[in-house]
Amino acid sequence: MPADIALPRVSAAKSRHGAIGDFVFRSLTFFFALLVLLILGGVIVALVEGAIPALRTFGVSFLFTEVWNPVTEKFGALAPIYGTLVTSAVAMVIGIPIAFGIAVFITEICPIWLKRPLATMIELLAAIPSIIYGIWGLFVFAPFVQEYIEPAIIGSLGQLPGIGALFAGPPLGIGVLTAGFILAIMVLPFISSIMRDVFETVPAILKESAYALGSTRAEVVWHVVLPYTRIGVVGGVMLGLGRALGETMAVTFVIGNAHRITTSILQPGTTISASLANEFTEAVGDLYLSSLVALGLILFVITFIVLAIAKVMLLQLQKQAGG
Amino acid sequence: MDIYARRRIANGMVMTLSVAATAFGLLWLILVLWTLLENGIASITPALFSQMTPPPGSAGGLLNAIFGSVVMTLIATLIGTPTGILAGTFLAEYSRGSRFGEIVRFINDTLLSAPSIIVGLFVYEIMVVKMGHFSAWAGAVALAIIVVPVVVRTTEDMLHLVPDALREAASALGSPKWKVIVMVSYRAAIQGMVTGVMLAVARIAGETAPLLFTALNNQFWSTNMNGPMANLPVVIFQFAMSPYADWQVLAWGGALLITITVLLLNIGARALASWGTFKQ
Repeated sequence: MPADIALPRVSAAKSRHGAIGDFVFRSLTFFFALLVLLILGGVIVALVEGAIPALRTFGVSFLFTEVWNPVTEKFGALAPIYGTLVTSAVAMVIGIPIAFGIAVFITEICPIWLKRPLATMIELLAAIPSIIYGIWGLFVFAPFVQEYIEPAIIGSLGQLPGIGALFAGPPLGIGVLTAGFILAIMVLPFISSIMRDVFETVPAILKESAYALGSTRAEVVWHVVLPYTRIGVVGGVMLGLGRALGETMAVTFVIGNAHRITTSILQPGTTISASLANEFTEAVGDLYLSSLVALGLILFVITFIVLAIAKVMLLQLQKQAGG
Repeated sequence: MDIYARRRIANGMVMTLSVAATAFGLLWLILVLWTLLENGIASITPALFSQMTPPPGSAGGLLNAIFGSVVMTLIATLIGTPTGILAGTFLAEYSRGSRFGEIVRFINDTLLSAPSIIVGLFVYEIMVVKMGHFSAWAGAVALAIIVVPVVVRTTEDMLHLVPDALREAASALGSPKWKVIVMVSYRAAIQGMVTGVMLAVARIAGETAPLLFTALNNQFWSTNMNGPMANLPVVIFQFAMSPYADWQVLAWGGALLITITVLLLNIGARALASWGTFKQ
């Protein structure tokens, strides 16, 4: 090897220079990555700290009390928790089948040139800000529901023994059902785009085998695609549920903000996020404020668990697809 | 009826239902946009952009609210973008396979879908309570916290698409790693990263919940970042919920304005992304 290749000295100087740059840049990016964790930690600490007065005053019974009375300063979270769960349940019942239908259409039926524009349009539903759904729900959708949908429901389902109680009462337009319906439209794009993504991961050879055996499209979807993507589909649904639980503005406009629990989903109710949006800036008294923060803490815990489960399921699918 | 006919009918029903579901989804998009245009177009006048929010019963515009929204969105983007890009860089370039990276990724994805009203509560506790008053700074910080996870996610995804051969080539020429990232990875991924920032801006442009208890609202023109500041979403919320007809008309105008902005940003971001260098 010729001795006149004097690389070592130059590169040693260079690499020392680079090492400092590397250390600085790595630490910088590390710091900001850490910041993401700190935000989460900060949210938890701040909410717990804010909720302490209420939790100390009411104890565990805060979770199981329906009363919400700012005048006597008696607060319980049961009505908003119930409303949050019921509106999200309504949203899921309506939203899941429709999201599934959209995903099946886009992955299995739709001609290729239409796929992208169609998927984009469905995803634009997610881009529309939630306050727009709110104002539209209040002025356009709620009157429509009151005039046409609710009388029909009361006249048919409402007359059935047993489940009739779910659909009892006067048609108000504003209430749990309307809120749940708007939530369903809002979570559609989230659920259907994940379902679409996971449907695309099914190996073509599996589907082709089923077709070769004479299966219809519906049978391929039901017996091949769904079993293969089960975890991912449930993960997508959980992600949509996480969104629905925390959705604020759209619900605030149409839920009616009534702190009570009614069996009928046609009646007004409230959700955690709607209570916060409606009452927080007007709340007087430390205990009132603290109770609202405690509501926020409960919402955060619920959504965090749901979203974490969704994430774990989607990760599992990724591993399955990768390995 | 034989089994073949039954299967054919079942298949026909399922397929019809899935077409119907798609039509149903699109119907809502069209309905919402149509109502917005119908109700909002009349209030898109020069006055909307040149006058302040009025007291009930008199004419006015949304100038102070538009200004407030633009300022807070801008500041939030200026805070959130570098934060998100650097954190995303760490995840993509420095923490492959590491435990810490996985935790950050997991938490970031959770924050991405976390309810925005919780972010509002958080900033209320750490800024509004500590400072003793509502402020535009608090609003901007709340929005920035929403920007960060979006940018982290897209930055990481885009950096992952950069072929390792590019990095290896740069390293082989003797560049230190930070130079490889800044001069090679970033340049290769810039389109996607800009897309991510645009999507984040689109997301916060219409966010209402985090501003309710941070920036609050302001009836008047204000450039004071230390005080409450008007912003479009909260003004729309207040005006739409009010019983006054002229306020409601202004709310529709503001709603149309926000929606057009958000949709243009979204479509622009998608167009930019589909020019992508690394389409595979």
